[in-house]
Amino acid sequence: MRRRRESLAGWLFTTPALVLLGLFLLAPILLAVWVSLLDWDGTRNPLAGGVPFVGLDNYRDLLTQDGLLRTDFATSVRNTLYFVLLAVPAQTALAFGLAVAVNNKLLRGRTFFRTVFYFPSVTSSVAISVVFLFLFSGTGAVNGLLRLFGVDGPTWFADPRGLLHLLLGQPPRWMLDTRVFSLSLWDWVSGPSVAMTAVIVLVVWTTSGTFMLMYLAALQNLPEDVGEAALIDGATRWQRLREVTLPLLRPTTFLVMTLGLISTWQVFDQVYVMSQGNPAKTTLTPAYLSYQRAFGDGAFGTGAAIAITLTALILVLTWAQRRLFGEGRG
Amino acid sequence: MRRILGYSVLALGAVLYLAPFVIQLVTSFKTDPDAVAHPLSLLPDPLSTDTYRRLATDPAVDFPRWFGNSLLVTVCVTLGRLLVDALAGYGLARLRWRGRDAVFGGILAVMSVPGVVLLIPKFLVLRQLSLYNSYLGMVLPLLVDGMGIFLMRQAFLQVPREVEESATVDGAGVLRTWWSVVLPMVRPALATLAVLSFQGSWNEFTGLLVATSDPRYETLTLGLARLVSGALGQGEQLPLKLTHRHAVHRAGAGRLPGRPQVLREQPAVLGGEGLVARIS
Repeated sequence: MRRRRESLAGWLFTTPALVLLGLFLLAPILLAVWVSLLDWDGTRNPLAGGVPFVGLDNYRDLLTQDGLLRTDFATSVRNTLYFVLLAVPAQTALAFGLAVAVNNKLLRGRTFFRTVFYFPSVTSSVAISVVFLFLFSGTGAVNGLLRLFGVDGPTWFADPRGLLHLLLGQPPRWMLDTRVFSLSLWDWVSGPSVAMTAVIVLVVWTTSGTFMLMYLAALQNLPEDVGEAALIDGATRWQRLREVTLPLLRPTTFLVMTLGLISTWQVFDQVYVMSQGNPAKTTLTPAYLSYQRAFGDGAFGTGAAIAITLTALILVLTWAQRRLFGEGRG
Repeated sequence: MRRILGYSVLALGAVLYLAPFVIQLVTSFKTDPDAVAHPLSLLPDPLSTDTYRRLATDPAVDFPRWFGNSLLVTVCVTLGRLLVDALAGYGLARLRWRGRDAVFGGILAVMSVPGVVLLIPKFLVLRQLSLYNSYLGMVLPLLVDGMGIFLMRQAFLQVPREVEESATVDGAGVLRTWWSVVLPMVRPALATLAVLSFQGSWNEFTGLLVATSDPRYETLTLGLARLVSGALGQGEQLPLKLTHRHAVHRAGAGRLPGRPQVLREQPAVLGGEGLVARIS
């Protein structure tokens, strides 16, 4: 009797959460797959029939058919690839450095420094994007700072040139002519645009605080005797950091990089507010492209197909990262 | 010597982390020409409170409504999450029922799905339930919070069993035990959850973006984003949108305990040659 009452209570306690999860998480996951198989313009009810079922056509246009859509998608993947490659290592390294610095017990004002470094992480992504939009404007503070050093800053959010392009100068003819997945080879290798670089700076700046807290928590859980043993063995500070602390923090590094990878592949807010994919589509990301196609152009099927493809990409990359860095080494 | 170097590096870092906020706060008191000519100066010359005045009076920016909507959504989401997560957390941590572990595993599994894939179908679900463009439709999806359920479950697991047993001996039912005996014991976890929920929902953007298209339901983040991304080309309400951003930020960060007062203030106004030229 009591057991049955407890069992009933268990279900009752969990029901509100389960209903919400079912309606707004589980159902949407299934619906995303369903919508990606439709040619749905967002008006009629896609569950009642009457909306053309097109099978894998949306995916075909996205992945195998050379056209505007695939070019846009390839561009967004290219942009985000550079974004991830620069932002993830930068935010991880910065977070680690900050954590080690503010974890120093001899440091005065530790709480102050922690608060300062964490502060950007609690701000609204929309608000902070607007701040950066104006910091990086042609007459903004960043260019003002550069001018102090005699550098003429670019008009950041109007500059589509890639960083490698700026370094290497004019592209060789054959790279322009070779096309890989709808983009020229040159497009693939020319690096993130100046505009995208500003977005990368913003994201590194706003995420390093959160990741710093994760490193801090891990650092405070480290057994002290290991560090002491190394100290007795005559290891320098730098050696202890590299040979003792860093390997012990491997699980945290793995966590931070995984979280970083997952979130950077989905960059949306910043692009929505700052650039809408401009200039010359060099800040276009798959998440923004998906939103734009669906809610902007009314091509919800295409938008859903982009989102699903992106999700698959993220899952594969997370899996690959775990195989490479995770198991057996953490 | 080495210490001085260490402090210098940290101080430089602190300046880099604070500068954007400070510069924008100062800029919000500058006039347009001053802001363009001296983006780095920390002394507005002349001092101008124009943008703030316009924020309060300009009909194009429905600031009071945005603020009210943000507050309403945030309070509802925070209270709702506390209730839903505390219930589910207890059910998953302490009550014994068949399927419990499977349910918990399932919750963890669906939580790992990237949010980007949910944008379109969330819009679809809300429309099917006739909740699109309604406060309920903005709040309910945000109550889904696997992280919070997990947090509360872990907190309940730490409460000693004897406490519940003695309550049961005294004749308290499950609900009564949960509410008046166990819940007060996990107050720190509830406080953490409240802070995280408040901050998260105050800053929420994408979830609300697909829940409403009606200006009446715009929150600070939605209003500001529309103003910036839509009006940038026209540049008409530029100073205004910048001042408004100040408020989004201030309210969002200000709720967190222990932040230096100066950090709660934040920016307004200006920049962008092309933009400025267009405002005139």
